[in-house]
Amino acid sequence: MLARNAESLYWIGRYVERADDTARILDVSVHQLLEDATVDADATSRQLLTVLGITPPPGMELDVWTLTELVAMSREHAGSIVSSISSARENTRVAREVVSTELWECINSMYNAVPERQRAAKRVGPSLFFSFVEERAAMFAGLADSTMSRDDGWRFLVLGRFVERVDMIVRLLMSRVGDKPSSPGWVTVLRSAGAHDTYLRTYRGALDATRVVQFLLLDRLFPRSVFHALSQAESCLDHLDNQPSTRVGAKAEASRLLGKARSELEFLRPEELLEDLTGRLLGLQQCIRDVGEAVALQYFHSVPWVAWTNAEVSL
Amino acid sequence: MNRASGNGDLFDNYLDPKRPHAGAFDEMFAADSTVRSAYRRLYDSLSPSKPADLATRAEALDRALVDQGITFSLSGQERPFPLDLIPRVITAGEWAKLERGIVQRVRGLEAFLADIYGDQQIIRDGVLPRRLITSCAHFHRQAAGVSPPNGVRIHVSGVDLVRDEDGTFRVLEDNLRSPSGVSYVMENRRTMARVFPDLFAKHRVRAVGDYAVHLLRALRAAAAPNVADPTVVVLTPGVHNSAYFEHSLLARLMGVELVEGRDLFCRDNVIYLRTTEGERQVDVIYRRIDDEYLDPVQFRPDSVLGVAGVINAARAGNVVIANAVGNGVGDDKLVYTYLPEILKYYLDEAPLLPNVDTYRCWLREERQYVFDHADELVIKPVEGSGGYGIVFGPDASAKELAAIRRRVRANPRGWIAQPLVQLSTVPTKVGQRLKPRHVDLRPFAVNDGKSVFVLPGGLTRVAVPEGSLVVNSSQGGGSKDTWVLAARSSTVDPELSGQRLGTPQEESAPERGPELTSAQQQQQQQQ
Repeated sequence: MLARNAESLYWIGRYVERADDTARILDVSVHQLLEDATVDADATSRQLLTVLGITPPPGMELDVWTLTELVAMSREHAGSIVSSISSARENTRVAREVVSTELWECINSMYNAVPERQRAAKRVGPSLFFSFVEERAAMFAGLADSTMSRDDGWRFLVLGRFVERVDMIVRLLMSRVGDKPSSPGWVTVLRSAGAHDTYLRTYRGALDATRVVQFLLLDRLFPRSVFHALSQAESCLDHLDNQPSTRVGAKAEASRLLGKARSELEFLRPEELLEDLTGRLLGLQQCIRDVGEAVALQYFHSVPWVAWTNAEVSL
Repeated sequence: MNRASGNGDLFDNYLDPKRPHAGAFDEMFAADSTVRSAYRRLYDSLSPSKPADLATRAEALDRALVDQGITFSLSGQERPFPLDLIPRVITAGEWAKLERGIVQRVRGLEAFLADIYGDQQIIRDGVLPRRLITSCAHFHRQAAGVSPPNGVRIHVSGVDLVRDEDGTFRVLEDNLRSPSGVSYVMENRRTMARVFPDLFAKHRVRAVGDYAVHLLRALRAAAAPNVADPTVVVLTPGVHNSAYFEHSLLARLMGVELVEGRDLFCRDNVIYLRTTEGERQVDVIYRRIDDEYLDPVQFRPDSVLGVAGVINAARAGNVVIANAVGNGVGDDKLVYTYLPEILKYYLDEAPLLPNVDTYRCWLREERQYVFDHADELVIKPVEGSGGYGIVFGPDASAKELAAIRRRVRANPRGWIAQPLVQLSTVPTKVGQRLKPRHVDLRPFAVNDGKSVFVLPGGLTRVAVPEGSLVVNSSQGGGSKDTWVLAARSSTVDPELSGQRLGTPQEESAPERGPELTSAQQQQQQQQ
């Protein structure tokens, strides 16, 4: 398929997942701030902004509203939900001919509904906006699942989704590494990942940081665990790679990076997980960055736009 | 302007002197219609709103409740649990008093139940008449001699409190069997935070979300000490029970199985769970089934909800039933009147929370008083809940009063009478305005054997019809989110203290896909 379309599909996958995960993280954090009187709103908000890669404005006391404004509504910040939605839509428009009509309409109507939902959020609180984004992202995933043929385009879309998921779960965990193991904040981590019910059923309600981190990084069965996302991304790359198998080493850099990260988690002793958790998370984040570059290099062949200067036509 | 009759639309004519039960204590406004300090911030945030704002919120609230499936069954029909928009506020000081009083009651009643199902020392010492216990329908001889491993019988209790005309909290009744409503406490809070976020931002409200953690801890602590990892289950009558929503919520939050009687069986005094991997032994059953249905071997033989043999398994020490069988003797409305004696006998303490004055129809003199003043009193059956069978003397006709006298004479043990307590009122949305409506409060206490945890909050039930004093949801009652404010001095910051897992890092911006520059976009447009 066309490299440019492949790149768009990859980024659609990433932006939709990013909007979804950001909405989930924010939804839970905002309600923790509202419901729990013991939480310091300013410090928690700043930490969250840092983790999401948004520079907190200096000299300004942050609260629930400013946090929502920055992370959800603002168009200036690249990481905000609104800009993720419009980037996803922009990319779909470019690759309109390779995505199904239903998928395009899903994204486009989501984009068109944003201003109205923003106004509603101002009236009755941000929760409605978050659930709107989450619903639309789920709908997008469902439509992609049921209307796209399982060709390379599908694989690029899914690759983008899982690469982004690793990145977001790592950021989510990063937002809590400063907490002590018994902090109630770990419940919010689970809620953000939609993992609360599953976790409770798995560990019978006993909540502690070690298990939460274990669950989100290592769990083999939960679809939002880092391990699962890495394996899925790896399998997409495997199928994308049409070259005959090599006898030594990995076929491509991106698969090598993903495979390495996956197997490090796979064969890690669970009790070693918390030793140098920060280092491990940073390593994963770097890995995702490198994977992105390797995929671009291998498949997207992004050439800089060529601009001729002083060109003269001689007849 | 902190006045009830000011220019604020919402509170127009709130303290109408002609309203029914005008003597009741209003929790927001003092008699001179100034705003009480607990409610001042709430009043300041609410009074600028217009009735239309409130309508929008109410609509969002109802939708959220239906979407989340927060319902209860009334006569077999599934209905959304009515939640009122305006929260009820309890200050830190008031709450501290309530908490101490509730803990005291639970400790006293634990000692009482242990004694009644053991040596019955309190009866031998002549403090309580034996016939008080033996005539109680919920005193179960089948439970005598069953001693739970950690001594706890009242794992979960709900104490119904009302505020009288002076604003004093009084206990209306204890619920030691399986008090329901805690799910609404948690879900009301979650829904309110979604619909009314700005109100929360101005208050420091204590969280109620961790109830299930405390409950699970208490249930695990109740297991026999030789069980390393006890299997806890929640036993429900089934999906058609009025509190099924609560049963499933608690099971979900605790991460344990929600079972029906048919999922369990007993062999050789051990209770097993039927699973796809064969049978699994059950150590603790948090049952939400009445005693009478729990064990067809001991109680109603036609019960299909229970587990045959479970009482004997508990007696053998192989399973713990929570709450224990026979707890009803402790929350009997007649035993309740003896609570000061009970607390004095076991704890040597005076009750921190007073009872509502009660006349016992089985004592000749008090019965005579009740007959003489029947038109001023509320006459209640000792058995029964849900507000059924209660006769309000002031509202009753002469014929009804004669009928109730006959019924009391026929069964004096079955009736008590109380003066009409004008329950306190809290602003409640009625139509487009806020009006005073009567409320009660049911806080929930969890006993894990070492300490008694009282959930900061509780279920505030509100009687929606004007002048009504019956708050039961089966009688058209609603509920309110109950806010216990955190003490101003509590500056503990549990989030950021203690050993950390790692150090937070500098930000790293998310990656972006390729985008066209504006110059490139322009070129594309021109073509």
